[in-house]
Amino acid sequence: MSVFAMIGRRLLIGLLTLLFVSVLVFAGTEILPGDVAYAVLGQAATPESLELVRNRLGLNEPVHVRYFVWLFNFVRGDFGASLATFGGSLAGQDIGTELLNRGWNTMLLAGSTALIAVPLSIFLGLTAAIKPGGLIDRILTSTSLALISFPDFLVAVLLVTVFAIKLRWLPAIASIRPSYDFFDWVRILVLPVAGLTFTILAHMLRMTRSAVIDVLSSPAIEMAILKGVPRRRLLIKHALPNAIGPIVNVIALNLAYLISGVVVIETMFNYNGLGRYMVEAVTNRDIPVVQACAMIFCSVYVIVNLISDVIAILSNPRVRYPK
Amino acid sequence: MILEKNDWKSSISEIVKDLTPGAFLSILFLILVILVGLFAPWLAPFDQAEILTNESFEPPSDLLWLGSDFLGRDLLSRLINGVRVTLFLALLITFLSFIMGVGLGFLAAAFGGRIDSIISRVNDALLSFPALMLALIVINSLGSSFTVLVFTIAFIDMTRVFRVSRALAVNIMVMDYVEAAVVRGEGKTWIILQEVLPNSITPLAAEFGIRFTYAILFISALSFLGLGVQPPQSDLGVLVKENMQALLYGEYTNIYPALTIAAIAISMNVFVDWLLKRSSAKLSEEI
Repeated sequence: MSVFAMIGRRLLIGLLTLLFVSVLVFAGTEILPGDVAYAVLGQAATPESLELVRNRLGLNEPVHVRYFVWLFNFVRGDFGASLATFGGSLAGQDIGTELLNRGWNTMLLAGSTALIAVPLSIFLGLTAAIKPGGLIDRILTSTSLALISFPDFLVAVLLVTVFAIKLRWLPAIASIRPSYDFFDWVRILVLPVAGLTFTILAHMLRMTRSAVIDVLSSPAIEMAILKGVPRRRLLIKHALPNAIGPIVNVIALNLAYLISGVVVIETMFNYNGLGRYMVEAVTNRDIPVVQACAMIFCSVYVIVNLISDVIAILSNPRVRYPK
Repeated sequence: MILEKNDWKSSISEIVKDLTPGAFLSILFLILVILVGLFAPWLAPFDQAEILTNESFEPPSDLLWLGSDFLGRDLLSRLINGVRVTLFLALLITFLSFIMGVGLGFLAAAFGGRIDSIISRVNDALLSFPALMLALIVINSLGSSFTVLVFTIAFIDMTRVFRVSRALAVNIMVMDYVEAAVVRGEGKTWIILQEVLPNSITPLAAEFGIRFTYAILFISALSFLGLGVQPPQSDLGVLVKENMQALLYGEYTNIYPALTIAAIAISMNVFVDWLLKRSSAKLSEEI
């Protein structure tokens, strides 16, 4: 199979996965008990008002019709209106504008974390892998074993205790004001980013380490060592190209930890992002918001995995130059 | 291989000989935690729901060893009870996910062909979901109760267990002794129970530990978000969440439960690490 055929196949699988995800998100939120109209009206549910809301939201249409309408609107960028903010006029807050605003905040948080955590963990993972069983390796692996056992919120709680409460250097809550300039942003982001970095750093370090050790113990590298290739050249010319695929895979996998980490950290710091938006929506049973947020988080995850697989295909010489 | 008498006394002394200090401490701590969980109602000095003082976040004293919580209840008693709830839920979740995951994984490996590819494809599709998203969607629809929590997380875990147990079983199914059993005319059930299961016990035990830790961290995270265990029930995650205010008063009330979660998870991970290293060492000696 040529490279293009493989990438094309992978893209197709990615698209199918996205469709499957959309079906599951829709089914999970809509078909399960508790009709949306009940959720909106709560105590005020009378047969008449229920009928009214059902008509207004199109709930009387068959399920498959509603699914396609929802999916089509989602792809177009129309996410509907939030139910929790429904007034008497049934005109809730537009989800799209809210998503844009909070999505940007979350991108900022997750992006800065990735920018710090990815290079750092790859560097540490490589350092540990160069001499497995050595002192540095033992320190790094045992520290990271402890770190992956920490619940997502523990490091953040400890950081807040030390830097916000005891030392009073940084704010304990990362609420955003429109008047904030660059330095205010840095101030509120330091603790959440540090907390998030710790939660994904350990996983990434361990996975990078084992991926590189795997590559280093392959026959090709053994051959290069026996041939007398100098150490630097061995790592850069022989080991690294083979390790790119697995390392990119590691980064993609860790996005899952980053997603759940973002949700926990945003809630803990009261940070106005997508994760907290989703938790609030689940608490209030605000179904359109839950659907929109879940779709966004899942799509990001699927797409990042897709990109990582494509990079893995492209970086594999055996695939690039078929016999 | 020379057949040797394999009685349990010698195998226990062999295990003790292999113990590293880290693994020893971890096992000791895990046993302690399990005992605390089992005998929580008798160990707790006070009723965990009883309000003992008007003071929120009282510092530790002779009476209240870890101080009081946000409502003036005894934190130690609530912590002991929280350990019980967290352990109980995590154990139940892990058992359920193993019964489903290992069952399906062995089934897929033993029958192969179409059954295998259908189950594996569905499983791959489910794995394309970030676990927390799946949990949030279900909790949004069904609300959060013990039953919903246990089944949802067990289901999520099952997809991971399935992958591991299928991979293990696929490797065992191509072994000579399985082929011999097939030639002898043994049925699939016999092969799964007599050949595949005994030969995958150690890696499965390690996986059990990993999933157990994962379940503890997952429920704690959900409870911390306010979407897991609901008050008046409380697990360790709830204790962290409801006492967050303590930090502002300079008290460590919610750090104790957070550290308890971490300590249980660390011990389990160290234990599993040791188990895996030991089993692979044993395997290479046999080969």
